[in-house]
Amino acid sequence: MPPEQDKISRDASSTTVPFYNDPKKRSILFQIATLLMVGLLAFYLISNTLTNLDKQSIATGLGFLQKESAFEIGESPIPYSAADTYGRALVVGFLNTLIVSFIGIIITIILGTLIGIARLSSNWLISKLAAVYIEVFQDIPVLLQLFFWYAFFYNILPSPRQALNPIMGVFLSNRGLVFTVPEAHSVHKYMAIALVVAGVVIYFLRRWSRQRQARTGQSFPVFRVSLALVIGLPLLTWAVGGAPTAMNVPALKGFNFVGGTNISPEFTALLLGLILYTAAYVAEVVRAGIQSVSKGQTEAAMSLGLKPGLVLNLVILPQALRVIIPPLTSQMLNLTKNSSLAVAIGYPDFVSVAGTTINQTGQAIEGVALMMVVYLTLSLLTSAFMNWYNKKTALVER
Amino acid sequence: MKRLSFVFAMIAVFALIGSASAGTLDDVKAKGFVQAGVNGDLFGFGKPDEKGVWRGLDVDTARAIAVAVFNDPDKVKFTPLTAKTRFTALQSGEIDVLTRNCTQTLGRDTALGLDFCQVNYYDGQGFLVTKKLGVKSAKELEGASVCVLPGTTTELNVADYFRANGMKMKPVVIENTAELAKAFFAGRCDCLTSDASQLAGTRAVAPNPKDYMILPEIISKEPLAPVVRHGDNQWKDIVNYSVLAMINAEELGITSKNIDDMLKSKDPKIMRFLGVTEGNGKALGLDEKFAYNIIKKIGNYGEVFERNVGVNTPLGIERGLNALWTDGGLMYSPPFK
Repeated sequence: MPPEQDKISRDASSTTVPFYNDPKKRSILFQIATLLMVGLLAFYLISNTLTNLDKQSIATGLGFLQKESAFEIGESPIPYSAADTYGRALVVGFLNTLIVSFIGIIITIILGTLIGIARLSSNWLISKLAAVYIEVFQDIPVLLQLFFWYAFFYNILPSPRQALNPIMGVFLSNRGLVFTVPEAHSVHKYMAIALVVAGVVIYFLRRWSRQRQARTGQSFPVFRVSLALVIGLPLLTWAVGGAPTAMNVPALKGFNFVGGTNISPEFTALLLGLILYTAAYVAEVVRAGIQSVSKGQTEAAMSLGLKPGLVLNLVILPQALRVIIPPLTSQMLNLTKNSSLAVAIGYPDFVSVAGTTINQTGQAIEGVALMMVVYLTLSLLTSAFMNWYNKKTALVER
Repeated sequence: MKRLSFVFAMIAVFALIGSASAGTLDDVKAKGFVQAGVNGDLFGFGKPDEKGVWRGLDVDTARAIAVAVFNDPDKVKFTPLTAKTRFTALQSGEIDVLTRNCTQTLGRDTALGLDFCQVNYYDGQGFLVTKKLGVKSAKELEGASVCVLPGTTTELNVADYFRANGMKMKPVVIENTAELAKAFFAGRCDCLTSDASQLAGTRAVAPNPKDYMILPEIISKEPLAPVVRHGDNQWKDIVNYSVLAMINAEELGITSKNIDDMLKSKDPKIMRFLGVTEGNGKALGLDEKFAYNIIKKIGNYGEVFERNVGVNTPLGIERGLNALWTDGGLMYSPPFK
């Protein structure tokens, strides 16, 4: 009677091994206990906080986001005035953080790569200059660098009334770089759409050309065609849309320039400080990545008759990127997080706006939580993207 | 969400860890000194001198509180705070009293969980400009870049003022007072806006004070007062009456010089004030001689004012609103009885 036997043996096992000696059950037990403790702790902390806040009669909740902010913000990519809400003010701060981080990351990667390659140059002077750059900018705290660049801009540049005017429509003063931009026109929206369309076309063009090359061995000048598309399509849209040429020229009115677009000294100082600081680290990352590929790889590729560009693209980079990308991700995160030092030099980033909000509303816990959520989200998004890219470029072991 | 609320709670615990204790007076007595939040960069109100000794009207107010509790003007430690950090420092119990040119407003008095005490300086917001600009009135500031500290009533007042007058402005918001002044002196902004007393203090430390002028418009009321945590009435009384003692002394004609002669006075008001007739000290939970000690060691309000910000200091501020009510000002003390 096999089934009965089976039952007996199971019964036997359950009687001989008590549940606290069964590793499976025990681990579940421990997990439940841990979860319970964490839950209790969280409950205690939250209820304690709420009671204390209530006892001190400090307001709580996120209702303040709907209230009128009543303070101005120096620069904003979207329309904003003191009559708008705290919520909108925080969005302005967030966009400012995003702008400086995004531009900063792109320029940092380009500059860092160039310096990293220069560091490995066989030219003694170039290599030593790169080494000096890396050492100097790595070793000075980034906050000091920001103070330096900010003071540099407002001390060196003249007041708006004596603004430098290197070319027509461009003015440089201690209020920033003001330059002429095209007058707002409805065709600009369609030009942006045309640019997106160009991007999509290029994506499919590349796929098609790669497949064709695999099939027939013929290569297609993808780069030149792409360039033509990126420039040509928006330009064509502009011409079709009536080719508006009205310009918004800045003019000195009262104390400041009116019209045109302004890049403020705060933004420039922050961007420059972050780029120069982080690029020094990126340069070291790039150098390490390139050096990690053994020389034999280059020699082997050369002896196959590949051109230097192809050697770099097909042999060295795929192997170097494997080493470069993970530390590069952390440098990108560093740049984003360091952008919060903006508060020291007057750039209205998220921390600066949130700080003012906290002070006006007194709701520090909510404000700090918002800051943490924003930076956490930015960091997670960046690393998610980089992890995806890392997986894509990782060597596939065959 | 769980992680978020956990994080929430963690900050809260760190923020409130110090405030869960009993009365502030007991805490202060137990640790042996008063921890006062001050400006740190504001000449005339709160700034260390060349020798590192803290000086200023707000500093003397904090010292008066220390004298009231310990009869020793040096039993006070100063925490320099920025405009943004000051209220959090008080809420979290990091400091016992905030004497840092804080404007009393309804919002701060309620939603922030704070209590404002007796005003120790009646101020108003103004504009500091370079004379080179050729501006004679704040109404001519259309389109100006304005240097302003973050997290102040100033930041709101200036936005209100420009809105009310249909003018545009570009704020340049820098957290540190010294950095802000540097940017202004270098010409980054057209004007610096703050309380008139602060503008005088900033101008006094300018590379060339004569190049700057304060515009005639005063655009706000700024009653500057010491701040304590909400709900500790005894401590609030002590801070209140430490300031009032200095005002009352001036009214009674008592100075740090003549105070020992005044002890012999037969005027019942003076006898009660100086603790010759007992009662006031006990009511506050302090030494009967607390008012005597404050005036003896710190001076009356007039002395403190003239020493720190008066006409013979680099700030050169007239008494104005800060004169006694008997002289047409707003300084007025309830009777000490």
